[in-house]
Amino acid sequence: MTARRVLLRGARLVDPASGHDGVADVLVEDGLVAAVGDGEATRATIVDCGGLVLAPGLVDLHAHLRQPGREDKETVETGSRAAAEGGYTAIAAMANTEPVADNVAVIQEVLALAEKAGLCEVHPVGAITTGLAGEAMSEIGEMAGAGVRLFSDDGNCIPRSRVLRMALEYARAFDVVIADHCEDASLAEGAQMHEGYTSSFLGLAGQPAETEEIMAVRDVLLARLTGGRLHLCHLSSAGSVDAVRRAKAHGVRVTAEVTPHHLSLTDEDLTDYDTNRKVNPPLRSAEDREALRAGLAEGTVDAVATDHAPHAIEDKEQEFDQAPPGTIGLETALAVVLTDLVGPGRLTLSRAIEAMSTAPGRILGASGHGGPVEPGREANLVAFDPEVDWVVEAPFASRSRNSAFLGRTLRGRVVHTMFRGELVVQDGKAQR
Amino acid sequence: MDEAEIRRALTRIAHEVLERNKGASSLALVGIAARGDDLARRLAAEIRRIEGAEVPVGVLDITFYRDDIGLRTEAPEVHETRIGFDITGRTVVLVDDVLFTGRTIRSAMDALVDFGRPRAVQLAVLVDRGHRELPIRADYVGKNVPTRADEQVRVAVKEVDGEDFVVVDAGSGGHPGKGGT
Amino acid sequence: MIKHLLSMTQLSREDVTRVLDTANSFREVGTRVIKKVPALRGRTVVNLFYENSTRTRISFELAAKRLSADVINFSSGGSSVSKGESLKDTALTLQAMGADAIVIRHSSSGSPATLTRWVTASVLNAGDGTHEHPTQGLLDLYTIRERFGRIEGLRAAIVGDVLHSRVARSLTFGLSKMGAEVTLVGPPTLIPPDAPAWGAEVSYELDPVLPKLDVCYMLRVQRERQRQQFFPSVREYSSLYGLSRDRVAMLPEGCMIMHPGPMNRGVEIASDVADLPQSVITEQVTNGIAVRMSLLYLMLGGAS
Repeated sequence: MTARRVLLRGARLVDPASGHDGVADVLVEDGLVAAVGDGEATRATIVDCGGLVLAPGLVDLHAHLRQPGREDKETVETGSRAAAEGGYTAIAAMANTEPVADNVAVIQEVLALAEKAGLCEVHPVGAITTGLAGEAMSEIGEMAGAGVRLFSDDGNCIPRSRVLRMALEYARAFDVVIADHCEDASLAEGAQMHEGYTSSFLGLAGQPAETEEIMAVRDVLLARLTGGRLHLCHLSSAGSVDAVRRAKAHGVRVTAEVTPHHLSLTDEDLTDYDTNRKVNPPLRSAEDREALRAGLAEGTVDAVATDHAPHAIEDKEQEFDQAPPGTIGLETALAVVLTDLVGPGRLTLSRAIEAMSTAPGRILGASGHGGPVEPGREANLVAFDPEVDWVVEAPFASRSRNSAFLGRTLRGRVVHTMFRGELVVQDGKAQR
Repeated sequence: MDEAEIRRALTRIAHEVLERNKGASSLALVGIAARGDDLARRLAAEIRRIEGAEVPVGVLDITFYRDDIGLRTEAPEVHETRIGFDITGRTVVLVDDVLFTGRTIRSAMDALVDFGRPRAVQLAVLVDRGHRELPIRADYVGKNVPTRADEQVRVAVKEVDGEDFVVVDAGSGGHPGKGGT
Repeated sequence: MIKHLLSMTQLSREDVTRVLDTANSFREVGTRVIKKVPALRGRTVVNLFYENSTRTRISFELAAKRLSADVINFSSGGSSVSKGESLKDTALTLQAMGADAIVIRHSSSGSPATLTRWVTASVLNAGDGTHEHPTQGLLDLYTIRERFGRIEGLRAAIVGDVLHSRVARSLTFGLSKMGAEVTLVGPPTLIPPDAPAWGAEVSYELDPVLPKLDVCYMLRVQRERQRQQFFPSVREYSSLYGLSRDRVAMLPEGCMIMHPGPMNRGVEIASDVADLPQSVITEQVTNGIAVRMSLLYLMLGGAS
């Protein structure tokens, strides 16, 4: 819908950035929020949002759009569509494409593709090292100049401490965030899942939680040393949450994210060798999951990020140890958080929206996103029905269908997504 | 049939077997598990009493030769097979408790053929209840008991059940369980 | 009987007893002149062996043939398996051929479970990665029961590279299910940390365990594990955990020494005692065919 004036009427507006939580009408005009309150609007297209929750559009710090290079798995366009249907108005696209996004040319290509799709704002992430090889710093300054705010070698951990230290220090000049994927390569070698009773029962090699914790501790120490801005990707273990908590208490500039699947599932969910649940970092124990949930609720873990990782059908339909790790997640993230955390009372709705919109918007520097929803700001919003039950199954908006939640019934679903004042998703369906 | 009738029937069958085969030389008795083997052993004992001759006894489980494997929900229960002598050249008298459709005997003959080449195969049964589905007939019959297809003939032998009797029970469906052959 | 045999944990105590009892009848078939019964006539059994194993494959092949089933062999080193056709495509081909049972050996744990998603045939796990080898476990239980007349109350030790052994897993689950006491023995690096949850005791010393055993089961230890730093040297491993002549003397009279074969002489077992489990290995081969016949009969003998 490309109307000039749209009135979103009757929703419960939950906006952590302004503290608003109550029924309110939102008037949108020419791409901006025009008014919030008691709606009477002339000459406006009315969208009835009774019974829905209205929130600032979701922001994902971590998605793999696979383009350039693996367009068979996903493209910027299909990934944007999946994001929009999942309620996201801004997403960060990781750099481990082919070629790697370690230079301005690839960054600009991704930006152009996103602009053309026009379904959400895509923030390309720049690689920290060239070719993701972990050796030589890439041109962080130039990429920052092209608008990149988040840098990561995700897919890989930066193995040499000296390299990470230099990157953290150098990045201070541009006030950008260095995000690390914490994984000690030698402990992770050959591992297919979390090491524990389930892994030995299934006869699969496992990696202990220390695989991640060793690097999480190293990274926060380097952040403390350099004063740089550090972000830890997809935490999976209690020990890592502890490391972040201690670091924040000492004033280290560190933020952290957790995925919906780590908040929902554990290693015991792998007993039928379902490759869609083979992820990296792996699903860990119930104790780890508990610590992640508590860490998210208290704010030690700042944000929920999907780590949306599409894979071709034939790649996942292989023997467990041959299948690449990863699950798609843009279309199910909100529903999983609502079903497994908000519904059972483990997380308030306000904190959930803060973790999925406000906080990641701030970390990413996506100034038009995350709220507050007030006049003059860009209208990037999501309206969802918190009560509707639905089953996760194909077809997906994503080009791939490797979802860890395939077949599950979730409660809560996006109804409308508004991007820069335009309803790109209406009644659950993308409009283009 | 009660215990006394069973005993008399077995005695008569033993006499008939000896008469027809002109003595006990080159005879062998093979009982079809379960219960057929107990009856076979009793026949051997009778023959020993009457003629003073020792006739070898074997037990044959025909489960692997059944024609209905794969048609029942579970694979049928298997019993022991022990034929400790060579059947080639012998007259083998198969012994079973009840002759019904004839399928068990067909299976038994197929099994026997895998053990050797008998000179002849004869059949002794305690009860013939009719309703043949194959061209099989018994050479020696303890008692002819006409039945309806849906009735059950129950045989008990002391060695397995603690007592000897044969009764006919009212119908519970036409398909024979272990009791029918 | 269960439709697929992927893991020893799927069988109840009653199931195991039934498999072993039925195997007795099949062992008798093996003593006849004509070692064949028509029980599975018209059925097709496929041996899908991605890992080379002449011994297990032949055992399954004989078992199926003695039941009068038709046998097809897909082994690595020939045909589509080595050409790199995916497991899924191979499965769909076998499905189209009308396979009734697929016996699969594969180096990836979980492959038999994955296979069940694509075929309607019964799937039998003949060894998947480091996960399980349930038919080996069953034939070992049979051999033990034949020797001692029972399994309940016996004391067994499984010695060696438990971490990487699918045989150890299946046998441990089977023995404890049937009421035997199991002790896993080896260096800490080769015993999975959660092993006690399998129902077994753990000991890092071999000698104290030996005098009380009814069954001493020695696992194969590959020299490769030393390269991977699981122990410092073969010399040290065999001095601490190898079955030497002295250690054999510490075993009680009547203790049965077992090995799944083939043996690594000089590593887990000294050359001069390697002949001791040899006669048991021969028994295991005969029993293996009978147990596999029993499984095929019980799994395919019912309505599909």
